[in-house]
Amino acid sequence: MSPKTALRASAALALGLFATAASAQDTTITIATVNNGDMIRMQGYTNLFTEQTGIAVEWVTLEENVLRQRVTTDITTNGGQFDIMTIGMYETPIWGANGWLVPLDGLSEAYDVDDILPAMRNGLSHDGTLYAAPFYGESSMVMYRTDLMEAAGLEMPEAPTWEFIAEAAAAMNDPANEIYGICLRGKPGWGEGGAFITVTANSFGARWFDEEWNAQFDQPEWEQALTFFVDLMNSYGPPGYATNGFNENLSLFQQGRCGMWIDATVAASFVTNPTDSTVADSVGFALAPNHEGVERRSNWLWAWALAIPAGTQQADAALQFIEWATSREYIELVAANEGWANVPPGARTSLYETPEYQAVPFADMTLRSILAADPTNPTVDPVPYVGIQFVAIPEFAGIATEVSQEFAEVYAGQQSVQEALANAQALTNDAMEAAGYR
Amino acid sequence: MARAVSTRRKIATTTLAWLVGLLIFFPIFWTILTSFKTEAQAINNPPLFWGFEFTLENYAVVQERSDYMRFLWNSVIIAGGSTLLGILIAVPAAWSMAFVPSKRTKDILLWMLSTKMLPAVGVLYPISLIFVELGLLDTRIGLIVILMLINLPIIVWMLYTYFREIPGEILEAARMDGAGLKEEILFVLTPMAIPGIASTILLNVILAWNEAFWTLNLTAANAAPLTAFIASYSSPEGLFYAKLSAASTMAIAPILILGWFSQKQLVRGLTFGAVK
Repeated sequence: MSPKTALRASAALALGLFATAASAQDTTITIATVNNGDMIRMQGYTNLFTEQTGIAVEWVTLEENVLRQRVTTDITTNGGQFDIMTIGMYETPIWGANGWLVPLDGLSEAYDVDDILPAMRNGLSHDGTLYAAPFYGESSMVMYRTDLMEAAGLEMPEAPTWEFIAEAAAAMNDPANEIYGICLRGKPGWGEGGAFITVTANSFGARWFDEEWNAQFDQPEWEQALTFFVDLMNSYGPPGYATNGFNENLSLFQQGRCGMWIDATVAASFVTNPTDSTVADSVGFALAPNHEGVERRSNWLWAWALAIPAGTQQADAALQFIEWATSREYIELVAANEGWANVPPGARTSLYETPEYQAVPFADMTLRSILAADPTNPTVDPVPYVGIQFVAIPEFAGIATEVSQEFAEVYAGQQSVQEALANAQALTNDAMEAAGYR
Repeated sequence: MARAVSTRRKIATTTLAWLVGLLIFFPIFWTILTSFKTEAQAINNPPLFWGFEFTLENYAVVQERSDYMRFLWNSVIIAGGSTLLGILIAVPAAWSMAFVPSKRTKDILLWMLSTKMLPAVGVLYPISLIFVELGLLDTRIGLIVILMLINLPIIVWMLYTYFREIPGEILEAARMDGAGLKEEILFVLTPMAIPGIASTILLNVILAWNEAFWTLNLTAANAAPLTAFIASYSSPEGLFYAKLSAASTMAIAPILILGWFSQKQLVRGLTFGAVK
């Protein structure tokens, strides 16, 4: 390095250090979050929080995968860029166990932590300690076209089986008019198609691992579940479903091209919104299906929650914000300004006891779906892990993404169910052995 | 002697060139078009080319939600700063490689280029730790340094190629007239290589403007450029394609306009020496 370059570099570093030292003096908290409707709405109300407390808030909104990478890097390198992070149910127990998050045991009495739905509280805790407060929660359920069902002469039960779903899909399927019986996720990715096929497998009695962490893709339940899914989608699904995720199916359903769509409960407010949806007035809801004879249903459990990284210098201010954003008062604030259908759902018991909210068409089914989900007991046989559509171990995201890619090749007609399961079995066992589980 | 080209052939090649050009431009055109639709029209199937309700609402929403000028200013500083810093380092480096090569010059050039072959994510943790230690996270100066380092091999290679086209005898003559090293580079070499330097600057501004790995991973609220602005409109649960398109259009507009006005210079620089 030449003396001039060295001089420039030193000046650059000195400037950088000065800038960091100067910014630490204000009471400003920085929040990393995702671009979901409820989160964006919250940003609009942040000035009220600042007025009340004097704490300024900076938002860093990122795409979900970028956010995960960004906050993981920040937390593991002790970067201290964020005072609050928006994380999900998968990361919270793992990061809590690693000591990366500040335990939320300083919440005030008025906050009423017992009001948080037990399923959400358990999913966001490790060893009984809460590490993140749910901002909104979701399960999954069936959304269907009431007009098409009626035309087909069928009536959707509150708790359908997969066999009924297949029958209804066949009855509503009308590809000549670009109406497909059913739209489901096939897109590779642990949180996309991977999540959906995992809950489908749960409802056929399959599981990811036995109690000794051996992969279970060689068991008949997996073959049955995957074969059923592929047959159903090949017969009555939209073309190219191997690349459809949440947004693609939302778009199809809103344009009236799906008879049924089984996905996140949070979609209910989108498909019933007349501004965006052409079928807003003819959508019905039912519990996620199960295979006949299997008690477990194919509904998942997820929450976007706010957590405080261990490296923050502003833990008190961050906790104040979390209390405000996930409180009952915040829900009432949104309800007063934008109506009850637009409040963040799935986090608090009291919301579902509110008469005005009970009148919202999808409220009851959302609550029942959330209550029916049990992360510690996701399928028929016992498992060594926590999580329904995921396995709460750090290695899962990588493994499940690869497995979902194998399955997507089946959806695209590039390999058979048996080949995909054999590949999934081998790669999962290899990864688990390398990670020291077996 | 110029080859005689038949009219039919001319029409065929012109049509082909237009088709390829339109194909390349289509995603940008579609993004701009979508930004003027409502969210429902944005996802309409069949896609709407015309006959939709023209709206500026998405731009209003984006403007209201994000501080566009702050992101834009960061982009200008980071792209401009990293390019200028890169040029300052690369001109002397390329001069020495072009006019006083050693037997290792080719190896060094190849080694420099080989640093581009490593996926960026491979050094994410080391770079992040260095940035944490030096307090450079979320600072513009940190990004200027990192983007300069990333683009330096390309700048050196491009300048080296242009400098090689300049006859060494001219520099020798300058030396005989009493020019020192500084005068030789500043007053003889640089003016002759202006087209090459200009196109190198332009290309590197574009590369730095569009860089979307380090600018997302090393920034938070203060130094985030337009790449972070676009990323904030991508949604896993919800259809905001029209708003995303509006944000993308606002992010690419400055660089598109710059490219438009300087396209002659850019093409001339990029094809410099290719048609000798």
